[in-house]
Amino acid sequence: MTDSSKVLDIVGHIGEAISENAQFLTDLDAAIGDNDHGVNMARGFKKVEEDLPGLKDKDMGAIFKKVGMDIVSAVGGSSGPLYGTAFMKAGAAVAGKMEIDLNDFLKIMDEAISGVQLRGKAEKGEKTMLDAMMPARDAMREAAEAGKGIKEVLDAGVKAAEDGVEYTKTIIATKGRASYLGERSIGHQDPGATSFMVMLKAVADKYEE
Amino acid sequence: MKKIINAVDQVEEQMIEGLRKAYPKYVKRVEGTNVIVRAEKKEGKVALISGGGSGHEPAHAGYVGKGMLDGAVPGAVFTSPASDQVYEALKAVATDKGVLMIIKNYTGDVMNFEMAADMARDEGIEVEQVVVNDDVAVDGSLYTVGRRGVAGTVFVHKIAGAKAETGASLAEVKATAEKAIANIRSMSMAISPCTVPAAGKPGFEISDDEMEIGIGIHGEPGTHKDKMKTADEIADQLLDKILADIDFSGSEVAVMINGCGATPLMELFIVNNHVNDVLTQKGIKVYKTLVGEFMTSLEMEGFSITLMKLDDELKSLLDAPADTPAFKEI
Repeated sequence: MTDSSKVLDIVGHIGEAISENAQFLTDLDAAIGDNDHGVNMARGFKKVEEDLPGLKDKDMGAIFKKVGMDIVSAVGGSSGPLYGTAFMKAGAAVAGKMEIDLNDFLKIMDEAISGVQLRGKAEKGEKTMLDAMMPARDAMREAAEAGKGIKEVLDAGVKAAEDGVEYTKTIIATKGRASYLGERSIGHQDPGATSFMVMLKAVADKYEE
Repeated sequence: MKKIINAVDQVEEQMIEGLRKAYPKYVKRVEGTNVIVRAEKKEGKVALISGGGSGHEPAHAGYVGKGMLDGAVPGAVFTSPASDQVYEALKAVATDKGVLMIIKNYTGDVMNFEMAADMARDEGIEVEQVVVNDDVAVDGSLYTVGRRGVAGTVFVHKIAGAKAETGASLAEVKATAEKAIANIRSMSMAISPCTVPAAGKPGFEISDDEMEIGIGIHGEPGTHKDKMKTADEIADQLLDKILADIDFSGSEVAVMINGCGATPLMELFIVNNHVNDVLTQKGIKVYKTLVGEFMTSLEMEGFSITLMKLDDELKSLLDAPADTPAFKEI
């Protein structure tokens, strides 16, 4: 089980990972987007970091909702509404809980994905964050159903997300700003898929073997 | 990176304050937000808001004033404003005739404005939207998110703004704005990129003998690189694509030659000289021409050509009075 202080610790670590990778994410975005993904995500998680102390002892729903709202208001662009909606929808799925288990985590992933799909009107294979999120969710569900522990489940998710990021190099973007480049987008990895991978890796970092 | 700024994270804030202080007769800032509204709210008409990332000055706050916008929402540089800011703008400008949002077709802009509209509707504010997609450079097929909104958006501000001043209903203002959008086409090119302050590096690299064709307004690369050519040849290249997109033959048009931020006016006039000649030769009558910086991309060096095909209504709305910091029609 994961309690709220652990979740706050994990969210803080996600922020650190985003901040460490901000330049990398921005550079990826310069190639096929508009050169600001890392900058925007780092600004959003800075706001989240400021609000984390106030979320101590709050239930999971309140924590995720606040993180989502901070991301919507401080990130802007399309990543703001997309990741913000993902966190807010995840929060609604675990509202009232003071602890979450692996099943809850998988539910969070389901809701986050459906939030991104709803807001972004995107499907798998369009060179978006979904190309990392959906395979990661599927791999984690499979690992959980095979009776694996949380660490192994997360590692399976990270591996699938990494493969998903690699896959985005091979396809043409049909959603988001990269879609304007048409075939010129091939060969470049999707910045949104990459930022999701960075975030999931940060979650996995916080669990021991 | 060399820029005349104080701190990267203060760029938007200090720009908004500087603009507000420059034009107190026209605009004020909604306290606690980044929203710019008219100094004196005008009741009894449909209110118009627009917005988008900063870095496009004078868009969009420069068009707040009589005959154009009622409010503008600047986001971070080249980043759509967040929905809570758009929501504040909707609340600030709302009249009992409703609000029309003029959105440029970008995924983030559309998402944030739509989220804000949902919030405002919950409070009983009537909100409608139009999405500008004038850029012929990008494929408008099902395989993209549709064409981008670029400099032609300024024409939409002018037309919809003039229509709203007549006291027309929200549905009427929306219909006229949509008619304008259906008749506006633009295309851009650049010879040098721009640097988003927070990114610190240019959006693309380009060598001395190359140009980037089909760029957007965010320093993003265009559809392809080409060898550098003369002004007339470049203008032909952009114009060909615009003229192939809808049938302008025999019609009257408004022309906008828009500088991207670092293009000398001299060069814009050189472009206009040729554009005007070509249109005239093709039997297209130039009714009105705008040359200048209307929708910039920081310090990008390049330009866009926009044509708006006119009918009698669009002509009279184009000629209607406007008095804003960046656009005046007397």
